[in-house]
Amino acid sequence: MIRLLSPQGVLEGEPDPTLTESKLVKIMKDMVAARVFDDWMLRIHPMGRVSRYAPAEGQEASMVGSAHALSEVDWVFPTYREFPVLIARGVPLVELQNRMFANSRDVLKGHEITLYGDRWRRIVVGAGGVSLMAPIAVGMAMASKSAGEKSVFIVYMGDGATSKGDFHEAINFAGVFKTPVIFFCQNNQWAISVPVSLQTRAETLAVKAEAYGIPGVRVDGNDVLAVYTVVRKYVEAARAGGGPAFIEAYTYRIGAHTTADDPRRYRSEEEVRRWRELDPISRMRKYLTAKGLWSVEEEERFIEEFREELRKATEIAESTPPLKPAAILEDVYGETPWYIADELEELERYSAETL
Amino acid sequence: MADRELTYVEALNEGLREEMRRDDSVIVFGEEVAASGGVYKVTKDLLKEFGPKRVLDTPISEIAIVGAAIGAALNGLRPVAELMFFDFAGIAFDQIVTHASKMRFMSGGQVKLPLVVRTQYSLGRAYGSQHTQFLAASFMQAPGLKIVAPSTPKDAKGLIKSSIRDDDPVLFIESGALYVNRTYYGYKGPVPEEEYLIPIGKAEVKRSGDDISIVAVSRVVSEAMAAAEQLSAYGIKAEVVDLRTIMPMDYQTVLESVKRTNRLIVAEDSVKTCGVSAEVASHVCEYGFDYLEAPIIRLNSPPMPAPQSAELERRYMVTSDKIVEAARRLVV
Ligand SMILES: Cc1ncc(C[n+]2csc(CCOP(=O)(O)OP(=O)(O)O)c2C)c(N)n1
Ligand SMILES: [Mg+2]
Repeated sequence: MIRLLSPQGVLEGEPDPTLTESKLVKIMKDMVAARVFDDWMLRIHPMGRVSRYAPAEGQEASMVGSAHALSEVDWVFPTYREFPVLIARGVPLVELQNRMFANSRDVLKGHEITLYGDRWRRIVVGAGGVSLMAPIAVGMAMASKSAGEKSVFIVYMGDGATSKGDFHEAINFAGVFKTPVIFFCQNNQWAISVPVSLQTRAETLAVKAEAYGIPGVRVDGNDVLAVYTVVRKYVEAARAGGGPAFIEAYTYRIGAHTTADDPRRYRSEEEVRRWRELDPISRMRKYLTAKGLWSVEEEERFIEEFREELRKATEIAESTPPLKPAAILEDVYGETPWYIADELEELERYSAETL
Repeated sequence: MADRELTYVEALNEGLREEMRRDDSVIVFGEEVAASGGVYKVTKDLLKEFGPKRVLDTPISEIAIVGAAIGAALNGLRPVAELMFFDFAGIAFDQIVTHASKMRFMSGGQVKLPLVVRTQYSLGRAYGSQHTQFLAASFMQAPGLKIVAPSTPKDAKGLIKSSIRDDDPVLFIESGALYVNRTYYGYKGPVPEEEYLIPIGKAEVKRSGDDISIVAVSRVVSEAMAAAEQLSAYGIKAEVVDLRTIMPMDYQTVLESVKRTNRLIVAEDSVKTCGVSAEVASHVCEYGFDYLEAPIIRLNSPPMPAPQSAELERRYMVTSDKIVEAARRLVV
């Protein structure tokens, strides 16, 4: 397993040279922001207007580190858990909250439970199903490569997703056609209540890449320097024509699977406590503090500011009017067939009566 | 200009070729489509003309083939992916139904998906239960998807061209029987020399008549045309309506025909339970009940797997004889 920063925050290896001081601070801020965002969403969820949230606590280094290793021309395929990636990618908070509240400014028009999607930011609207976007990413990458572009496509996936047939077809395809795809697998030890030992007999997930003739590496997913360094290495290799890679980020989901889950039913407090000691944020905090780039006071100030920004964004999203019923009928086809348009009248009469 | 006679396969090949010449973003991939030119030669010589960047043989991976087509379509290409048998679309069902048909909607209209999944079903070729299924009805529950099933060389060419140019995903179902069975009306036929398109979403009256409407699609149009000919000997003038597109369905043309003939047979290759015919018949019952002077008859495969023996298969599937018998029962 590749690790550059010990849990005590001591540098043990050589981080990527593009990790400048200002980049290190930005990465730290994004990780802290992600944690605050998580906490915020879990607090507002019980109020009932956000249907579901999948917390990312514990995985911030994997998500933020990988996102920062990409360039603007690269495409991101998030799952339901990658809010930290979106934050790192610079998606405005108001836009994220409009999405969570599915109001009339929601970019997805309330059409999907997924986090977000914005083709201009090169974030593909995620699928609700596990690993289902992998073949699609491969196809996009094939098209991009044949057009002579230099974009790389990163597919986020979980440990559970490595058991799925579509993932295996996709990684094989990517290998055969040497497409610029990074399969970024966060092994957070659990797929809802199922441990990784029930997903595979293999000792690591990274080893699966070998059979497809592509690089497979395991990296300490709680070490943001290592994640950044490894992802950047393979992203740049793919950009240069080297083909796909599979990266296993070894990490842990501290929180519940989603707001609909209670992990106390299937795992021990002791296990969670052990992983908390490997917390990615405190590790980076120790490292940056020792370097004189960060301090507890600075962190507190940043948290205050970010929380205020989030509070405002939430307020704006909450007070934005809801979607009109007609939005249900939009975007089914490029041109709406008459029999779908006919549904509108029915729909509006019905909503007028019931809403 | 004069029409030439082309086979169904030649017409498809010509349609693909013309679109590939017209638009560099059209690519073709799937199992066996490049070097061999397709098991049924529909993609014959495309590799030679357009090269390996645009015509690709893939691993045997139905999920990845359709998934990659979706990705390529999201990224500016117009892919035509082939699934060798319609039966194998089951493997890629998720990619077609959960992704291709919904990504425009899911994204709030941010993306379009100009992709075609070509496939063929081989009922009528004695291939048994796992290589013959006409599964169109299973995909009708996926709004956002267009489903096209041409019955003649002219339609095959005009519709493959329209499908490639369409900005929505199209499931393009060919009939394996029409590839090979020379006795069929749809095996070979006139195809204009000049450029033409057949619109998606438009049925066509293939033969006019006042006594009874026979709505059919794909292979069964050939059976219906043969039946209409036989019926004329009994003094029954049958109208044959070819749906051509199954989704979005041209209900109007069906209703207009029934309004004139007051009698309806729906004949097609789904098994009867919840088949394409069920949708046609229920729509006519709901919106055209007053036009009907007799109950609708649906002619389908029985709700059971297809047998392999050619003898048994002939009894299993819809034939002109069955249509004639049903029409004579309706028009008394
Ligand atoms: C194809 C499919 N099967 C089942 C589910 C239900 N499901 C949602 S998340 C999940 C667990 C996924 O675990 P993993 O891939 O490890 O990702 P994680 O949630 O840990 O990030 C399951 C089984 C689904 N969404 N899609
Ligand atoms: Mg997991």
